[in-house]
Amino acid sequence: MTRVRETLLPPAPPPRRTGGPAGWLRTNLFSGPGNTLTTLVILAGLALLLPPVFRFLVTDAVWSGNSGEACRPEVAGRAVGACWAFVGAKINYLVYGSYPAAERWRPNLFFGLVALGTAWMLWLDAPRRGLGAVFVFLVGPLLSYGLLSGTAVLGLAPVATSLWGGILVTLVVSLVGIVASLPLGILLALGRRSELPVLRYACIGFIEFWRGVPLITVLFMANVMLPLFLPGDLTVDRLVRPLVGIALFASAYMAEVVRGGLQAVPEGQGRAALALGLTRWQAMRLVVLPQALKVVVPGIVNTLIGLFKDTTLVSIVGIADFIRVLEAARADPRWSAPTIPATAYAFAALFYLAVCFSMARYAAFIERRLAAGERGRA
Amino acid sequence: MTAPAVEFRAVNKWFGSAHVLRAVSLTVARSERIVICGPSGSGKSTLIRCVNGLEPYQGGTVRVEGRDLTPARIPSVRRAVGMVFQHFNLFPHLTVLENCTLAPIHGRGIGRRAAEARARDELARLAIADLAARYPGQLSGGQQQRVAIARALCLDPAVMLFDEPTSALDPEMVQEVLDTMTDLAGRGMTMLCVTHEMGFARRVADRVVFMDEGQIVEAAPPEAFFDRPAHPRTRDFLARIL
Repeated sequence: MTRVRETLLPPAPPPRRTGGPAGWLRTNLFSGPGNTLTTLVILAGLALLLPPVFRFLVTDAVWSGNSGEACRPEVAGRAVGACWAFVGAKINYLVYGSYPAAERWRPNLFFGLVALGTAWMLWLDAPRRGLGAVFVFLVGPLLSYGLLSGTAVLGLAPVATSLWGGILVTLVVSLVGIVASLPLGILLALGRRSELPVLRYACIGFIEFWRGVPLITVLFMANVMLPLFLPGDLTVDRLVRPLVGIALFASAYMAEVVRGGLQAVPEGQGRAALALGLTRWQAMRLVVLPQALKVVVPGIVNTLIGLFKDTTLVSIVGIADFIRVLEAARADPRWSAPTIPATAYAFAALFYLAVCFSMARYAAFIERRLAAGERGRA
Repeated sequence: MTAPAVEFRAVNKWFGSAHVLRAVSLTVARSERIVICGPSGSGKSTLIRCVNGLEPYQGGTVRVEGRDLTPARIPSVRRAVGMVFQHFNLFPHLTVLENCTLAPIHGRGIGRRAAEARARDELARLAIADLAARYPGQLSGGQQQRVAIARALCLDPAVMLFDEPTSALDPEMVQEVLDTMTDLAGRGMTMLCVTHEMGFARRVADRVVFMDEGQIVEAAPPEAFFDRPAHPRTRDFLARIL
């Protein structure tokens, strides 16, 4: 027996959602005993944790004052939380370190250059992004160096790097790490996959060496041991030495991230590019590398976040980075009050959290966007 | 007299200790359509990859339009030989149009405008002009393979290699790709197709080549090949796939 449908059914609308906020709560938070318990435990934890934090940071905080007196409970006549007046009074020192006050426009201009370069690179539809890359990886660093340390050509008075400090130094150290480690890491990853044995083993040796030593050792070597090996009249700047160490250290990690991406690109892609008459280098640059880097955006950002936080270690070898000037500032006897240390560390935490969280959010945005661009990719 | 389009002379190749091409000799005249078939692992794909230097070989010579395939000549030979792969190998991070213009712009030094105009012509000829702005991931398998053919044609190849172009396709999409290839054959293109589409072979091929264990067992025009196969292995193979 054959049965034939005479009329085709039109598409039916989807069933109505179990609606309203109450329905959402029921399905997402209290759908079963396990889920309900989890929800309650987490809510209880938040209820325990959040009010004291909020009280410390906002309600009980002291917002203005000229010295540590304002932040003493016996003077204020109430419980005292964070002493934001301290941060307000020290903010110039925290941002510029001992950079001469009259020359602070130079770090400000540098911050402007950084903002410009960042926006140029991160805004995907920006005009002339190729030019932006040249700016970020070549012109920007050179210009910043001339600007901050002073050059006769520009008519700028020299400022010794020992005077640089605070967020300025943290930014310089991490940017040098980022700007150097990306291209270096890519080159190392390509070298590690090269068919030339000498190049390959050189890259493997380099990567494994830098991955195998702790960053703190690298920094000590750079600052304490290196001068012993150099001829007496040859000195390398005290800030530049750890900078080089961090850049090489970070590029080894970056190389491994990029290598993971290269392995994720199917072999047929390179083969197809070669079959079209492109050279090996063009196939790598135009076909394989763009796909590899897209795959490892989360890994790259993860490495960069780690690098940004690792820069605090330079404070141990005497570089006046953000953490170090914060320590110095809170040792000021004029600003001695019970909550000053906690305030300083809370401020540092908020600073690092804000920067790292922005990086993570940007990475998430990039991933979403790439996913949208290649929807249903085979 | 002009040189043949492709000429294999006693080509030998090993993968490690496996002897995958055993003294293969084959001459392909210009505008000739060759279909190569045979069981898997018989060396069909390896053979056509030797034509554009994707596979190195250890003995014998391969000539494309009379030119020996020396390392120095590989780039120029690759530009004269288009290739279509089983898994399409379109570049997923580029649009269809960019897939078609990448090699002309960067490999040939053709201006962007000229390359795009050419690519649009090629896409229009294969009836996929409306896909130019899409990404490969948004296309069906059949459409992807037609884009891959258009991409190869944008370089004006003298020879086209097809490496099992329909094997990765859903059955209902096989025909559109075969139609495109038939159309291409009608334009006088020299073609070497590794395929199991025997209907296509019978209709389009000038010669059908049967390979087994790294050697050419039988090469004959399709009528003779299908109706009067000479070698018992050929008969055996045909009995299994038809």
